[in-house]
Amino acid sequence: MHDAIKFIQGNEVCVEAALYAGINFFAGYPITPSTEIAEQMAVRLPETGGKFIQMEDEISSMCAIIGASLTGHKTMTATSGPGFSLMQEALGYAIMAEIPCVIVNVMRGGPSTGLPTHVGQGDVCQARYGTHGDHAIVTLTASNHHDIFRMTIEAFNIAETYRTPVILLLDEVTGHLREKIEIPEPGKIPLTKRLRTAVKSGVDYHPYLPREDGRLPMSDFGDIHRYNVTGLYHDMWGFPTDKPQIVYGLIRHLVDKIENNTPKITRFRKYYTKDAETLFISYGASARSTLHLVENRRRRGENVGLLELQSLWPFPADIVREACQHVPLVIVVEMNMGQITKEVKLAVDDPKKVFLANRIDGVLITPTDIRNTLRVIQGKGV
Amino acid sequence: MALKDYIRQRFFPHIWCPGCGHGIILNGLLRAVDTMGLDKKNIVMVSGIGCSARISGYVDFHSLHTLHGRALAFATGVKLSKPELNVIVPMGDGDALAIGGNHFIHAARRNIEMTAIVMNNRVYGMTGGQFSPLSGYGTMATTVPYGNIDHDFDVVDLATSAGATFVARTSTYHVHELAELITKAINHKGFSVLEVLTQCPTYFGRRNRIGDASEMMEVYKKNTVRIGSKKKQENPDLLERGIFVQKELPEYCREYDNIISKARQK
Repeated sequence: MHDAIKFIQGNEVCVEAALYAGINFFAGYPITPSTEIAEQMAVRLPETGGKFIQMEDEISSMCAIIGASLTGHKTMTATSGPGFSLMQEALGYAIMAEIPCVIVNVMRGGPSTGLPTHVGQGDVCQARYGTHGDHAIVTLTASNHHDIFRMTIEAFNIAETYRTPVILLLDEVTGHLREKIEIPEPGKIPLTKRLRTAVKSGVDYHPYLPREDGRLPMSDFGDIHRYNVTGLYHDMWGFPTDKPQIVYGLIRHLVDKIENNTPKITRFRKYYTKDAETLFISYGASARSTLHLVENRRRRGENVGLLELQSLWPFPADIVREACQHVPLVIVVEMNMGQITKEVKLAVDDPKKVFLANRIDGVLITPTDIRNTLRVIQGKGV
Repeated sequence: MALKDYIRQRFFPHIWCPGCGHGIILNGLLRAVDTMGLDKKNIVMVSGIGCSARISGYVDFHSLHTLHGRALAFATGVKLSKPELNVIVPMGDGDALAIGGNHFIHAARRNIEMTAIVMNNRVYGMTGGQFSPLSGYGTMATTVPYGNIDHDFDVVDLATSAGATFVARTSTYHVHELAELITKAINHKGFSVLEVLTQCPTYFGRRNRIGDASEMMEVYKKNTVRIGSKKKQENPDLLERGIFVQKELPEYCREYDNIISKARQK
């Protein structure tokens, strides 16, 4: 069998990748520009014996994928800005109760209902901080079909590895863009299976007692072990508690299991960075325009490079610091008011060398836009 | 099996106030499960937030204590992904019909097989006695200190209109009827709703000067009648108890199995 070649939308690539990763439950609610994911899931999931359900809103969609994950299934939902806001409540629940699941947010212009059919990257900080309370989160992103396929699978793998919800931030441009994708043969990309407990029937099973490596083996609802799941602070049996020692231990565990594994979770691509004197940092659709500019400038002999981030949270500060170390000029390209720019400024030794090139008007930032910003910074005039 | 074998003793003491009706509902539920001979590992209790919601932790089933109002949404994910499980969803009145009202009507409309038990004490107990959508016009609560001007829902009417295929009502006074109706609700092949009138002497009873727990239960005895009773004709203000709706309609999970067959034949 050969790799199948298709010419499809980014949103459809996400569906194909989720199926490749073994998804068998999807709950969602229509919203532009993510709707094609739900539509395609409705077609494809039952073909594999999986289940698709259109819920009454995004709140219930998020709740339903948590419920379905607990019965032992790989689950996902997909939405866009306003729907992502509604999902924040249950996202926090999934973090607290440590339920593996994947949430796709195909970003459009915000705030509020904003620009439903136009592109934006304004939900980056919402992905990180949207739900209340201290927590850590994993957020991946992609700029092209090849990477949407890989990052969707990574999202499922990371969700299972760390027993956590994972957010996949796409945007209207990458979601609706049609380009070629080679779907790899089954087995080519490794998949992470759910870690299930080996504890036998009649022996006390502790669903919330981390092993030495920080992982927590699960038991499916309907299987031999009956335990409690709650969004309250809970002990190793999942029973609610407010004992300070247990509360402290749990919040540390929830944060540490992600933050301490930042190097393992981090995904990025480097283009011409070795001798770069100007380094661009970008992600998603913005990174496509940036790469176009960088390749153009390279042909003219300018030493420019691109660090494309494929994981945004936990923020890969070490990678960014290292890449920026000997570079006099760093330009972050994103379609928001500088949500990742702030993180880059915090990560580098000299924040004054970090600039933002952006568009916030619902139009994809072009290589010319970025070039113009570069020229202004260089004092050359547009 | 002894009823105590259905309980997680590790979880006790429970949080309910003296005189609270919720323990009676727990008792009725366990009697029903015992009578039916259900395997504990095939039962999932999904609850939201509130005094009522704690019931899921006290029982030795799979238990999912979720977010305020969202129990039915979580339960839908559990049931559709593993239809062989018996899904029971105890909810408070505010939990089910204020913050969870939308999930309630849509779960009923889908006719997905699960049992929603609305433990109706007409008040938000856990937060200290605010009015709920079932408190009713003229009642007193901390957030209606001059009297309630909000009208209430009738759970039975609402569930019926929304498409629930089994709808029943009883009270904590009628304990045998309670266990019997829970059994019938769980056995029903579709979305079943059981409203249980349950006393909150601490907040609703005290503030509305109804009296203590036993006096509140006396009210259930006096003010309710079986469906079709002559007393109701003489006094239309009496509240009826029993099964209001019991019908067969295609059930969601079975319907979805047909979808899978269709998709595979394509």
